[in-house]
Amino acid sequence: MSAGDPLPVREHDRPGPPPARPAFGSFSPAALGLYYRRQFASALAANLAYRGAVAIWVVTSVIQPLVFIVVWRTVAGSGSTGGYSADQFVAYFLVMMVVDHLTFIWHMWEFEYRIRTGAFSPLLLRPVHPIHNDVCENVSYKLVGLVGILPAAVVLAVVFDADLSGTTPAAVLAFLPAVLLAMVLRFVVEWCVALSAFWLTKVSAMNMVFFSLFTFLGGQFAPLSVLPAWMQTVAAWTPFPWTLAFPVEVLLGRRTGGELLLGYGAQLVWVVVALLVLKLLWRRATRRYSAVGA
Amino acid sequence: MADIEVQDLGKTYVVPEREGGVKAALASLARRRTRQVRAVAGVSFAVEQGEVVGFLGPNGAGKTTTLKMLAGLLHPTSGTATVLGHTPWLRDRAYLGRMALVMGNRNQLQWDIPVLDSYRLYQAIFRIGPADFTRRLDELTELLELGDLLRKPVRNLSLGERMKCEIAGSLLHHPAVLFLDEPTIGLDVAMQRRIRSFVAEYNQRTGACVMLTSHYMADVQALCRRVVVIHRGRLLFDGALSALVERFAAHKVITVAFEEGTTVSDEELAALVGGTVTGRTATSVTVQVPRAQTPTAAGRLLATLAVVDLTIEDPPIEGVIEDVFASPAEEVEHERR
Repeated sequence: MSAGDPLPVREHDRPGPPPARPAFGSFSPAALGLYYRRQFASALAANLAYRGAVAIWVVTSVIQPLVFIVVWRTVAGSGSTGGYSADQFVAYFLVMMVVDHLTFIWHMWEFEYRIRTGAFSPLLLRPVHPIHNDVCENVSYKLVGLVGILPAAVVLAVVFDADLSGTTPAAVLAFLPAVLLAMVLRFVVEWCVALSAFWLTKVSAMNMVFFSLFTFLGGQFAPLSVLPAWMQTVAAWTPFPWTLAFPVEVLLGRRTGGELLLGYGAQLVWVVVALLVLKLLWRRATRRYSAVGA
Repeated sequence: MADIEVQDLGKTYVVPEREGGVKAALASLARRRTRQVRAVAGVSFAVEQGEVVGFLGPNGAGKTTTLKMLAGLLHPTSGTATVLGHTPWLRDRAYLGRMALVMGNRNQLQWDIPVLDSYRLYQAIFRIGPADFTRRLDELTELLELGDLLRKPVRNLSLGERMKCEIAGSLLHHPAVLFLDEPTIGLDVAMQRRIRSFVAEYNQRTGACVMLTSHYMADVQALCRRVVVIHRGRLLFDGALSALVERFAAHKVITVAFEEGTTVSDEELAALVGGTVTGRTATSVTVQVPRAQTPTAAGRLLATLAVVDLTIEDPPIEGVIEDVFASPAEEVEHERR
């Protein structure tokens, strides 16, 4: 058939009655559940396809805590600093490593690429909010990475003789909601920061500032108790310690009773605030999108 | 109401601008210069249900920008549009669930997993029932001969294979409106033809309306009775493809074959028909004649020379389109400090 020929019309191909359309307008937990299962499966498959790359990431995320452990053990010597003995510092940074892995999100760095190249378009064409895609990718990465991080934490705990005496069954139980809320909080906050890429075409500089604040005020660089009192107060009013230091301290048995409840409360409040900001930003962000490239 | 209604739609991009080089880069830190580029400058048209419309224009004419606005990716700077009763850029889920945009140079399938897994993901995204999904997948597999491609990861497919899978994937939810932006770009002729006839088939089966941009006139000729031409962001023509040729082709092409031994020079011929000689083979000559003078010219040729054969044709569509777009695209520029 050449280009100009009329197209074959097949008699049995006449359009029938239109099929029933799904009601996209109404929220359906079942439909979203199925989407999450499929999207998660595909993200998991992709992460497993690049397990080599994931392994390298895991190795690099072990190096930083290792350095901190060595430094702070030396600082503490045979006494204690900020309420931490040498072996307690080891426990702190190892738990921090696991919590950091569980709450880690990279989308801040990916959005710039997505927007500059127009790679965001396919996600915007779907009748599902793009954030769900990112949640699935993120959670699947964390699961795959955990296979490396957990054994690494155990080995280092044995080698450096970590003091986990405060980690009682009650502390573990209290840790679960704390880390879950921390995961949600960090994800939403950093996704908001990521959206700034809609306004700025180069966001790396801003990301670095955010990242430094995060490392410092989140307690990744040192337990917050070693910081000056005024800095601890400042930190407490930011979302940062509630995503990292708080769950770590809960697992180490350093936050109990009223402090524990206050922490959960702070986490919840920040999650709600971040979600509201997200909703506000998202509206404006999509207006700015210029879908570069074809 | 028409499926697609576009009224004075316009889009102006604000782009940062600077010269090359370190000096200019430093200068741009102090004062950032921006330029407004008017990609679409007030376009209006309507597309009825079941229509296949070719959307033509040279690179940078505003075709893709218009399609992106209609697909809800971009907010327009001015004007309105309704597609299936929705305003596209409000990105109503009910709209996104009935629409598809296929971009020839953009990948929508998941790169690292088998095609079938991507399709299952689409099934969940578009809430396609299991029975519908199986039936449609079977149909698409047969029509496009997807067969064992479905089990391969996308990254292992050739460009043509990938495009087939992209198109099939974007039709799984049976969109009532289909936007195709250069669907055959970079594909070989056989694959182009397959995709073409497939789009026609889909349109006939489902009554969906289709808007298509392509630089291959064969695509347009095969699929579209109607074309919308935009140039420099403005609507230049909207009507039947044949009318486009009539309106923009100022000439007709006459090919004559002479009896053996007839000798006539180019100059003599040109004077006789009142046109120009555009080609000559051993046995025939091609002349280009102003449209209005075609009958007179043909009459004179037949009367004066020993003609064995004579055909009158419109010039090839590519040539016509090329003439229409001969002038370079213009940008509305404002320098702001």
